[in-house]
Amino acid sequence: MFQPARRSLLLGGAALALTMPRRVFAQAAAPAAPTGPFTLPPLPYDANKNEAAIDAMTMEIHHDRHHAAYVAGLNAALKDQEQLAALPLDELLMNLARVPEAVRTAVRNMGGGHANHSMFWQIMGGAGGEPGGALKAAIDRDLGGFAKMKTDFNANGMRVFGSGWTMVTVTPAGGLALVTKPAQDTPLMEGQRVLMGNDVWEHAYYLRYQNKRADYLAAWWNVLDWDKIAARYAGAMGGTLRV
Amino acid sequence: MAFTLPALPYDAAALAASGMCQETLELHHGKHHNAYVTALNGLIESKGLAGKSLETIVAEAGRAGADGLPVLNQAGQHWNHTLFWQVMTPNGGGDSLPAKIAAKIESDLGGLPAFKEAFKQAGVTQFGSGWAWLILDASGKLKVTKTPNGSNPIATGEGTPILGADVWEHAYYLDFRNVRPNYLQNFLDKLVNWEMVESLMEKGGMASGQSA
Repeated sequence: MFQPARRSLLLGGAALALTMPRRVFAQAAAPAAPTGPFTLPPLPYDANKNEAAIDAMTMEIHHDRHHAAYVAGLNAALKDQEQLAALPLDELLMNLARVPEAVRTAVRNMGGGHANHSMFWQIMGGAGGEPGGALKAAIDRDLGGFAKMKTDFNANGMRVFGSGWTMVTVTPAGGLALVTKPAQDTPLMEGQRVLMGNDVWEHAYYLRYQNKRADYLAAWWNVLDWDKIAARYAGAMGGTLRV
Repeated sequence: MAFTLPALPYDAAALAASGMCQETLELHHGKHHNAYVTALNGLIESKGLAGKSLETIVAEAGRAGADGLPVLNQAGQHWNHTLFWQVMTPNGGGDSLPAKIAAKIESDLGGLPAFKEAFKQAGVTQFGSGWAWLILDASGKLKVTKTPNGSNPIATGEGTPILGADVWEHAYYLDFRNVRPNYLQNFLDKLVNWEMVESLMEKGGMASGQSA
C-alpha cells in the first residue's frame, strides 16, 4: 500500500506555491462580477493565525478565492433582483422560496457559501480550550458535555459524504443541536441560527491533510475562539445573531 | 468474493507531465479509491450484496433512492474510479480522435469543440463533489451529463458512461487548487484516452469484472 511521502508532498506544495499564482490565480479572477451589494469580509486575523490547524496558504486560497467566488456569484445571481439584493443575507436565505426559480439554486449555493464562510472565519483565530459560562451549561444540558460534543461533531463531519458542513445550531431559547449540511446549505434556510460549524469540503484541508479529514477535524478545535462563539450564543438569545 | 482495488494502468508518475502529479495519483488511487473499496467490502454482508456484480449493486442502490445512498456512495465511487483510471493516458487528449468516436461526437454532439465545452460546463456546474460524464443514452446517442458525489449515470438510469471526469476537489486540488475549469480543460486537452473511450463505446460500456 502506498504511503504518501510527507517530504514529497511538501516539496510538491512548495513548487506549486512558486508557480501557481501566475498560472492559476490570474485566471481565477474571472468572472467580472457586479460589485455588491454583498461583499467579502476581510479575514479578522492574519492568514497564519490558525497555523495550529490550518496553513496560511489554505487560509488565503479559501478566503480570497473560494469565499470571494461565492460573494461574486451571489451578486451576479441577484443583479436583476433589486428587492432581494437589498435583504440582509440571513433573511435572503430564510426566504429562498421567494427567489425566482431561475436564480434560486445559484442564490442557495452562493449565498449559503457566503454565510457559511463568514461564520467560519469569525469563530477561529483563537487558541482552542473549552467554552465556559452559559454556553458550557447549554452544551452540558443539550449535547452531553464538551467531550461528547466534540466527538459527535467530528463524527458528523466524517459522515458528510462529499462536500458539506458539520454544525451546531442554536434556538432563540439557547437550545443547541448538532446537524450536518451538504454542499453550502445552511440551517438558516430552515429558519435556524448557526452557533458554529466546520467546513469539510476538501478545499478546507486538502493541502495539509490530503485524504485525512479526521485529522483536520481533530486539529480544528485548537484554533477556535470561544469568546467569539460565546458572543454568537448570546447574540442568538438576544435576537442579534445574523449569519 | 470481495472487491479489490484495480492497479493503475500506468505508473503513478506517468501523468505528471500532463497535469496530474504523482502525489495526486498516489493519494487518489491508493487512499481515496482504496477507502471506497474497503468501505464497500464492509457493507457486503449487512446489505446483502453477496454474489452481485458491481454494476448491479450500483444500479439497485440508485433505484433505492435515499435508502440506497450508503451503498451507492461506496459502490458508485468504486465503479467511477475504476473507469476514471482507464480513460486517462499519458499524452492523451488532443484534437485528432479515432475515427469512430470522432464521427459519433460530430453527429450526436456537434463536434469536438462543442463536446468539450459541454463537458467542461457539466463539470464546472456540478456544485460540490461529483462527476462529469460522456454517456450513451437509451437510444444509443452520446450525451453529456453530471452526477453528484458517488452517483453515476448507471445509478440514475440515464445511460452508460464511456468517459468520466472526477470533480471532487481531491482530484485536482494539488495541481489546480480552486480552479476547476483549468483542471477540466487540461483533462480534455492532455489526459483523455480516446482509444479507450472509443473501445468502450463499441463495447457498450465498461464491465468492471468485479462482484461481491
